[in-house]
Amino acid sequence: MPLDKIIVIIAGILGIGFTYWFFLMKKDRAIKITGSSVIIVVSGGYNPEVISIPVGKTTKLNFMRTDPTECLSEVVIGDFNIRRELPLNKTVSVKITPAKEGEYTYSCGMNMYHGKIIVS
Amino acid sequence: MAETKKTFSVQGMHCASCVVLIERALKKVPGVRDATVNIATNKATVTFTAEAVSDKLISSAVDGAGYQAILNQEVEEEDESRQRKLAELGTLRRKVAISLILGGLIFWGSFPGLMETAPEMLKNFFVQLVLATPVQFWAGWTFYRAAIPAFRHRTANMDSLVAIGTTVAYFYSLFVTVLPDMVSVIGVSPLPYFDVATIIIGLILLGRYFEDKAKLGTSDAIRKLIGLQAKTARVLRSGQEIDIPIEQVVRGDIVRVRPGEKIPVDGTIETGLSAIDESMVTGESLPVEKGAGDTVFGATFNKHGTFTFKATKVGKDTLLAQIIKLVEEAQGSKAPIQRVADAVSSVFVPIVIILAILTFVLWYVFGPETSLTYAILNMITVLIIACPCAMGLATPTAIMVGTGKGAEHGILIKTAASLELAHKVNTVVFDKTGTLTNGEPKVTDIISLSGEVKETLLGLAASLEKGSEHSLADAIVKDARGHKLSLRDVSDFKAVPGQGVTGVVDGAKLMLGNRKLFDSEGISFEKNEDIIARLEREGKTAMLLGKDMAFVGIIAVADTLKDSAELGVKALKDLGIKVLMITGDNKRTANAIGTALGLDDILAEVMPDQKEIEIKKLQDKGRVVAMVGDGINDAPALASADVGIAMGSGTDIAMEAADITLINKDIRSVAGAIALSKTTMRTIKQNLFWAFGYNVILIPVAMGVLYPFFKVLLNPIFASIAMAVSSISVVANSLYLKTRKF
Repeated sequence: MPLDKIIVIIAGILGIGFTYWFFLMKKDRAIKITGSSVIIVVSGGYNPEVISIPVGKTTKLNFMRTDPTECLSEVVIGDFNIRRELPLNKTVSVKITPAKEGEYTYSCGMNMYHGKIIVS
Repeated sequence: MAETKKTFSVQGMHCASCVVLIERALKKVPGVRDATVNIATNKATVTFTAEAVSDKLISSAVDGAGYQAILNQEVEEEDESRQRKLAELGTLRRKVAISLILGGLIFWGSFPGLMETAPEMLKNFFVQLVLATPVQFWAGWTFYRAAIPAFRHRTANMDSLVAIGTTVAYFYSLFVTVLPDMVSVIGVSPLPYFDVATIIIGLILLGRYFEDKAKLGTSDAIRKLIGLQAKTARVLRSGQEIDIPIEQVVRGDIVRVRPGEKIPVDGTIETGLSAIDESMVTGESLPVEKGAGDTVFGATFNKHGTFTFKATKVGKDTLLAQIIKLVEEAQGSKAPIQRVADAVSSVFVPIVIILAILTFVLWYVFGPETSLTYAILNMITVLIIACPCAMGLATPTAIMVGTGKGAEHGILIKTAASLELAHKVNTVVFDKTGTLTNGEPKVTDIISLSGEVKETLLGLAASLEKGSEHSLADAIVKDARGHKLSLRDVSDFKAVPGQGVTGVVDGAKLMLGNRKLFDSEGISFEKNEDIIARLEREGKTAMLLGKDMAFVGIIAVADTLKDSAELGVKALKDLGIKVLMITGDNKRTANAIGTALGLDDILAEVMPDQKEIEIKKLQDKGRVVAMVGDGINDAPALASADVGIAMGSGTDIAMEAADITLINKDIRSVAGAIALSKTTMRTIKQNLFWAFGYNVILIPVAMGVLYPFFKVLLNPIFASIAMAVSSISVVANSLYLKTRKF
């Protein structure tokens, strides 16, 4: 087999592997919040995307949206009855006091981007 | 001592000297350490020790300098956010218009069968390139702007797909425009697909425009609730009555309310008597008689009488503010509908990218001569054909047509999510007053016990009641006027609180009231007790009429059922839906209505703030609940129900908080709305099935699976046509909804 075809096959396999790994093997890494507040930057998703907070403690989530995408302009933390508008480049603070352990997902207003709060 | 900073708007500034004046006035307030005023933003910031300085002090300092401090910023912030959204919508509308116009021109110049009629200039690829470029990178920037950060987070969504699809189409087109010979080699005409790129961008932005516009209405409920409150209050300060902005009212202020005014904040009446329309807070249409010691609520309406009250709750503590908070929370607690297309596209994009790479490799390795061109072109075909425009259009177009169809029938649907949910509803809960009933009392029965004709009795009762401020009196007077009866003068008129009224008409002593009145006047009514009891069982208020110490008749007044109520309930039951009623009224009245309508269950004596809890209880039992109501007391219940349905006859507030508004006030439309939801959902499912089915079948064809057997290859032209046809069929299917009956 000519060298160029071998190179294309190898590059193709690597490309497919990379695409699979890049999109489909993404692991949620939880950032443990030890203080009483956390800044969550909203741009193409939530950063940090997964946070871990202690049960029973009030934690202030400070959402800072820097991405003008319309569907990120609202954040919905349904388990805590919270739907807030996130004006661009302004910090919006939301206080939550989780009473139970568990994983609580939150999302943008259109449920396209997701974040997670792990309570332990 | 802790220092606090406070920023607020100042009204009335017009020059730099104003800044100095206000700053000086604020700095003089004991406890204020610093004050800065910005004329550009009309805002002042004060730094002070929290315990020492109150809003009242700040406000009076600014007032003293001749300006006005607006310390409650809620309304302004809501307005700002709305303005910003409207501006964004304006930009989006421009982008849609320009994309579709430019896309249409390119389409005219490139679509076979149509291009023959186009001017030569439009057929020129370089002209098409010039037309397509602003659409791709100006209008389409929205998609890049969303796709790029999403890629950084290793995710992909609809925007990513649109960005990839149109970018590939655009750059492929740019390539064939600049280097047409490279494509001719494999026998494919070097045709660009600028029309595909531009029209996809235009149509998807159009769908987004309608969605954003609908979304704007969701925050209106809060804005209108805030707008309900009075703007000013007349308070007694230092022995003088002064009008001040409502934000400056503090607890303990004595507030005067005159007839026809809104009550500014919550409080307790000190002096005076009045009938207060609390329908905006309680939803009940009958004005409530209130006197010293009674509680009044902000945003309610003083009908007659002047009174003073002591402010007990201001700002965030008022009942109205609590209702606003409840609505906000209820709106936040609603789980957003999973969007099938978006959920699939998060794995769809990686899969399509993988398939595109695979296509390239297979064609490059196993393809015929000029395999590089085959590999590139087929990879592009996969990406173009996989473009999810049909998926993007499937839901919004059906929603657009469905909501339009609803509007024609007086059913206004606020959100797509509510339309999606409405078809699952298996329990409908009706509010009573103003929803199932007309919301205002009417004379229902006139029973003569003395041989006198009914009109005479009505005329006597109305003559007596015309001087009364009692809410039921209105119904009698109105009914008499409706019968064109002339009302006579009354002398010795006397209102007996909690009993009724007495007076002399044409020399005869009349009395109209309840049993207690007759007892105290010494008139016997026991003989006709069975008639009185029957009327009360039917949920009516029986008013006994006495003339010269004789019991001459009974006038019954009740809130009557809407004409459409019976058929409306029946239509729901025909759909297999359980129908309930919830009301603050007593069980007797509620049961009378429940029996008349054949309701499945009745929740009576439920306080306004408990309605939401009752809805949640039903949801906990696994019911999918639609709440039908009006009045702001229903707003939290409307928001927490799976589907909130407001009657158009109710307040605007309830309509904004609701998912669906029946502007035609017709109870039958509740069943109509659910049927509409079912039909629309069926269309959406058909659209999605088509859109996904199309991709599942045509992506393999684009990859070339048919080539080994039939030598069939899709070139990007067919890919783009297939894609266009796919979108058109989705839109056509949605338009078909218009012809459906529900």
